Amino acid sequence: MSDLSRSVAIVGVAESDEIGKIENKSNLQLHAEAAYNAIEDAGMKPSDIDGIVTAGTSTLNTAEFMGLNKIKYTDSTSVGGSSFEIHIAHAMAAINAGYCETVLVTHGEAGRSARNRPGPNLSDPASQYEIPYGFIGMPINYSMACMRYMHLYGEERTRQALAEIAVSTRKWAIKNPKAYMKDPMTFDDYHESRWISWPFHLFDCCLVNDGGGAYIVTKKEIATSLPKKPVWVLGVSEGHDHGIISQMPDLTSTWARNTGPAALKMAGLTHDDIDLAMIYDSFTYTVLATLESLGFCKPGEGPDFVANQRTAPGGAFPMNTNGGGLSYCHTGMYGMFLVLEAVRQLRGETGERQLDDPKTCLINGTGGALSSTGTIVLAID
Amino acid sequence: MSNDYKKPIPSPQGESDFYWEKAKQEELWLRECPVNGPYFYPRDISPGAMRKDTKWIKATGNATLFTFSIVHRAPHPGFIKDVPFVTAIVQLEEGPLMPTNIVMKDPTPEKLKIGMPLKVVFEHINDKIALPKFKPA
Repeated sequence: MSDLSRSVAIVGVAESDEIGKIENKSNLQLHAEAAYNAIEDAGMKPSDIDGIVTAGTSTLNTAEFMGLNKIKYTDSTSVGGSSFEIHIAHAMAAINAGYCETVLVTHGEAGRSARNRPGPNLSDPASQYEIPYGFIGMPINYSMACMRYMHLYGEERTRQALAEIAVSTRKWAIKNPKAYMKDPMTFDDYHESRWISWPFHLFDCCLVNDGGGAYIVTKKEIATSLPKKPVWVLGVSEGHDHGIISQMPDLTSTWARNTGPAALKMAGLTHDDIDLAMIYDSFTYTVLATLESLGFCKPGEGPDFVANQRTAPGGAFPMNTNGGGLSYCHTGMYGMFLVLEAVRQLRGETGERQLDDPKTCLINGTGGALSSTGTIVLAID
Repeated sequence: MSNDYKKPIPSPQGESDFYWEKAKQEELWLRECPVNGPYFYPRDISPGAMRKDTKWIKATGNATLFTFSIVHRAPHPGFIKDVPFVTAIVQLEEGPLMPTNIVMKDPTPEKLKIGMPLKVVFEHINDKIALPKFKPA
């Protein structure tokens, strides 16, 4: 894999025209708006697209809706919110295999306002063994994983870590005009927010919004001919080790323990080389478990790693600078939005929250019930 | 048992019919792999080793609490009258982890200790299905 490093770049990123609470747009409309905006951001034309990728629906739907009918590479890999990290790996492989030249990856989800929602598949294991007991929705699943972490590493220090993550992420959101939650959050606000599913407060849980996002991956020769500087894909890794939460091999460690080191190795970088971490924050606990799994710190050391607002603006470890799924936007499959912020930070396009000339970013998506992960390392020249 | 049961109801599949038939008789049965021992949830071919020569074994119904959550916001209209209620993963005496509920009035974190002993109970939700749940032993 290492010979594919820097072989493709992300050249266009965008959200849908609006994100947040949008009452009259379908999922597919949000896909199409984001695609339009990403193609424009890249300085490309719809006819340049010959690969189409999405998650949560079939590319038959998205490509038809946008009228993209010269598709040579199609991929609807849908393994939860991490799918949009994994799609970068697939686009890299497809382009290098010669399937296509330019891949459009789209996401659209009216997580809050959709008029119609799919029901559970009754033949899935969850429908027999978890859903009847109320294991419905991710707050409950992730709460049980977090409780196990608290048991192993201490409830009080875990609680403080969750608060640190919620508060620091809100500080970033305040600097993002597109963020949904922009009221300042104090530690007391966190601790006093209502219980959703103990040990999770409301402020441990991500938002549920409407929105779309899209990015474009293309080969080196095209990337270097476009108006904006390419953001190179240095390392990729993907995988999963279970589906439903009760089958998770270790509730305190995600498959990022494999994908993190693998993506960094492919990139030829170490943890210390990373200027920005974009870590899927469906819940505060997702971040805590992921930082440890990726190897930024050892198991049980996450609370020390995030202490004293280390991940907040001005901190030594900038993380989730868009305000995250916790405070910016979370449609249901948030992984798309991690990519948008990573690319914009590397390009220097993020205004008040812009880091000082970052060159590298590690993105880690987590999907399902802490089930799947995709780790991506990006860099700009 | 009542007709106003509004929660999601399991739909047994071919490889789990026996499990649900036994649950109706208030017995908890597991599949056992000749290589890796008992496992949950039931499927004919064992996970990992992928052996076909698996068999059914009757579990004791003894377990310990592995982890839990106390649910305050009903995740489905059928659970509105139940909050707060306890979702849990328990470790069966035979080894496997199993998702379930802990049957307990007014649950608090203080009443729930990871490692606490539990015993299976069965909630008959209709004329076909009984859900195995657990209560403090």
